[in-house]
Amino acid sequence: MTDAQEALTRAHREEWARVVAVLAKRFGNLGTAEDAAAEAFAAAAEHWPAEGVPPNPGAWLTTTANRKAIDQIRREGKRDGKHQEAQRVYAAEPEPRGPIDDDRLRLVFTCCHPALSVEARVALTLRMVGGLAVPEIARAFLVQDTTMGARITRAKAKIAAARIPYRVPAAEDLPRRVSGVLAVLYLIFNEGYFASGPDTAPVREELTGEAIRLARLLRELLPDDGEVAGMLALMLLTDARRAARVSSAGELVPLPEQDRGLWNTALIAEGHALVRERLASGEAPGRYQLLAAINAVHTDGDASDWTQVVALYDQLLRLDASPITRLNRAIAVGERDGAEAGLALVDALEPDLAGYHAFHAARAALLQRLGWATGACEAYDEAIRLAENTAEIAFLTRRREQARPD
Amino acid sequence: MQYLVNVIDSRADSGTAEEAAAIDEFNDKLREGGHWVFAAGLAHPSASTVIDGRGDEPVLTDGPFVETKEFAAGFWIIEATDLDVALALMAEGSKACNRRLEVRPVHTEA
Repeated sequence: MTDAQEALTRAHREEWARVVAVLAKRFGNLGTAEDAAAEAFAAAAEHWPAEGVPPNPGAWLTTTANRKAIDQIRREGKRDGKHQEAQRVYAAEPEPRGPIDDDRLRLVFTCCHPALSVEARVALTLRMVGGLAVPEIARAFLVQDTTMGARITRAKAKIAAARIPYRVPAAEDLPRRVSGVLAVLYLIFNEGYFASGPDTAPVREELTGEAIRLARLLRELLPDDGEVAGMLALMLLTDARRAARVSSAGELVPLPEQDRGLWNTALIAEGHALVRERLASGEAPGRYQLLAAINAVHTDGDASDWTQVVALYDQLLRLDASPITRLNRAIAVGERDGAEAGLALVDALEPDLAGYHAFHAARAALLQRLGWATGACEAYDEAIRLAENTAEIAFLTRRREQARPD
Repeated sequence: MQYLVNVIDSRADSGTAEEAAAIDEFNDKLREGGHWVFAAGLAHPSASTVIDGRGDEPVLTDGPFVETKEFAAGFWIIEATDLDVALALMAEGSKACNRRLEVRPVHTEA
């Protein structure tokens, strides 16, 4: 890669969100900001190799994007002044300042606004904050480019028409809204880490990597938010095990059987440091902090300390008594107190989780440990039928063969 | 910026006296905050008449223009600087009238 290409790649990673955010504030329109940012990066690709990389690439890009936006508004102004004026909504209002003021943070909150559909929030965040191209996002969510393009266009139109504000929420709304942003980031991460679909790679690094990058940005913007730290730690501690999670044969490897030598020690150290920082704060942990703490226990020492894991799940249940949390606790109890104890708790969840593959997979593993071959095979069958991740299906299939009574 | 707020209902004349009192109180609050533009309750859609006056003679059809299980039982038009303000107000409005609400932006004319 040439210096100019390298500089451009780095600028895209580091400056895209800032350029879009600054322009969105100045011109009061996300569409204008997005188009002008894209044009500025295209101009950089043309000029930098020939003329050299400017001393301050970020400033060059912002200035260029600004000029492109003005050009665009002039062009549109001639064509359709009224339409353009109607699109210029939120910039005209005086903006009450939120507790933290950064243009990129405004951008994040606007893209993750609860009045938008979840699909639109994910797509907009990846496009506007992450800088991914529409075809990349479309590929990531296995939809047509045109479908994804239309989804993003619709979302931008709603933001303009309904006047979804471009600002950091007031302090009293902040926890709720941050939690909404984290849900979007976690969705992106999980779509990468538990990729679904028969023709899909079991782990999709483009998504996990992007989710981590966005979580790092959010952590930079909201350094005192415990749940943001928790989310970043959770992603790092999960992603650290990626290389050990799928075998060379393409099978999922359960945590206790993973080769710990393959884990990424740098990510684990960073995740542990974040978890320690949260513990030291003395503040009551939220959901993501507890999930991060559970993953910190899993990645500490030579084996998981299941007593600690169960204790953390007990704490988590007080915040989030969802059946999936109860299932994960039941699995941990099965490790701490034996398969029979685990099975009793898992079985009690059937009314809620009969359609969830992980419920049947957990039951199958416990039945197998107890030597109940027929029941185990039936549960594996059901888990395989419901599972969508290729590596997990491969793993479950082999387990079923091992469980089959002779 | 104005928003039309439709009150979503599925039963005719289902409002209670308590709800009416809560709505009055909420409307006073809208007026005090400078958010009030207009509000009204609506008769059941079965009392609607569709008129098509585009031809030589107006054509009348009995009933609403679209049959749905849910319909607007009333509406507000409110003034708010942005959607967050409108949503925060109408979360209270929804409590007052004890119904779900649809918050829809009115087109801004330049």
